[in-house]
Amino acid sequence: MRKKQYSYWSTFCFAIKSIFTGLKVTLTEFFTPKVTEQYPENRKTLKISERHRARLFMPHDENGNNKCIACGLCQTACPNGSINITTKTLTDEATGKSKKVLVSYEYDLGCCMFCQLCVNACPKNAIEFCNDFENAVYDRKKLVQKLNK
Amino acid sequence: MYDFSIITTAIDQFLRSLMPAGLVTFLECVLIAVCVLVAYIMLAIVMIFMERKVCAAFQCRLGPMRVGFWGLLQVFSDVFKMIIKEIIDFKRTDNLLYNLAPFLVVLSSVLTFSCLPFANNLEVLDFNVGLFFIMATSSFGVLGIMLAGWSSNNKFSMIGAMRSGAQMVSYELSIGLSMLTLVALSGTLQLSEIVERQADLWFIFKGHIPAAIAFIIYLIAGNAETNRGPFDLPEAESELTAGYHTEYSGMGFGFFYVAEFMNLFIVSGIAATIFLGGWMPLHIPGLDAFNATMDYIPGIVWFLGKTFFVIWLLMWARWTFPRLRIDQVITLEWKYLMPIGLVNLLIMTLCVVMGWTF
Repeated sequence: MRKKQYSYWSTFCFAIKSIFTGLKVTLTEFFTPKVTEQYPENRKTLKISERHRARLFMPHDENGNNKCIACGLCQTACPNGSINITTKTLTDEATGKSKKVLVSYEYDLGCCMFCQLCVNACPKNAIEFCNDFENAVYDRKKLVQKLNK
Repeated sequence: MYDFSIITTAIDQFLRSLMPAGLVTFLECVLIAVCVLVAYIMLAIVMIFMERKVCAAFQCRLGPMRVGFWGLLQVFSDVFKMIIKEIIDFKRTDNLLYNLAPFLVVLSSVLTFSCLPFANNLEVLDFNVGLFFIMATSSFGVLGIMLAGWSSNNKFSMIGAMRSGAQMVSYELSIGLSMLTLVALSGTLQLSEIVERQADLWFIFKGHIPAAIAFIIYLIAGNAETNRGPFDLPEAESELTAGYHTEYSGMGFGFFYVAEFMNLFIVSGIAATIFLGGWMPLHIPGLDAFNATMDYIPGIVWFLGKTFFVIWLLMWARWTFPRLRIDQVITLEWKYLMPIGLVNLLIMTLCVVMGWTF
């Protein structure tokens, strides 16, 4: 497509108009509050978005019970294999039915890629991501966490 | 207004009472050289700090904050790093020219710097063709840049230097024309006289529309003269690594860097002197009480305040616009700025002849 030819004076006027548009944008930017976070100093007042996925955790109620039914869907959903669930089978004495119970819920933070597929797969909303981001440790073994109590 | 010649004459008298006249002249020359160089370096440090902070503010950042309170020691640590860096010699560079080039650039900017009238009688070089001298000295900085590009034996340096040559030679014209416009209004080339004649009103108000147009042309051409964005294509770090100073390290690079910042200061200082009244306080004819109050603020504060305001304007433009292509740079000068400058000079002359100035 051929470029439209502008006349000398129309380019001149257009240039002046666009120059002032640009200058106005940067001038407003000059006076807006700055976005820089001075991280270690402002740790007390730091605000991390609620949606930030920093670490998987399992919420417990005041009696120490979680909502996990040990179905293993999250373990299957995880692409990296960072979740490892150990279960045992208990028999209910009143009804005589057998039931799967969670023994330990191991989560390897070092393998996790924070895709949230496990949270989406969970039928009981037993696990979720929190925005607690300061997870650096000196030993890789410390990254393997046991999420249930 | 405070007259600085009282202090300088006192020092002169004191020295003359101690030693013979020839020695006094020599000693005074050395003293003035030291003062000029110290002021040069201190202002360069202030400018680099200001550049970092202003640039950060335009990009919604804070800039350096960690070294010293509010990042105040950042520039000193930068300078220290630059001083302790090794100066590397390359094979097949033209050694004499390679080492001479940074000095030429600094020499040109120091000579121009010493022409600036900082306050009443506080100026080193003041003679009847001062503005002409400034144009002459500031334009041989391009020689240093061309030599640096040529002697580095590097294609990026060469391209950068060629661009710089084309650009600076072109924009000299616009600078000269806008200065001439103001010379037509002031009727003198001597810088101290130019400032004196703005005692009733600054030239940008006295010359109204043509002076304002000349001011804008001067700012655009001045930005191009100092090789700063949007005209920074001699350096153009995304295309030419660093342009003409690619091969320089340590203080060789430091000289180019300092000279670039000080050229910005000089361009702004001249703009402040010939358009905004230099060290002359803001005087409005008819308001005597207001004028008397303004006189209490010392001249050097007025001069530096105006200069840093103009620097801020140039930095604003720099951190707003993207870099121009070389053909666009040349088009802007030869097809837009220079014809407008010529017509503007004609209008100003007409205004002066017909007495249409304030």
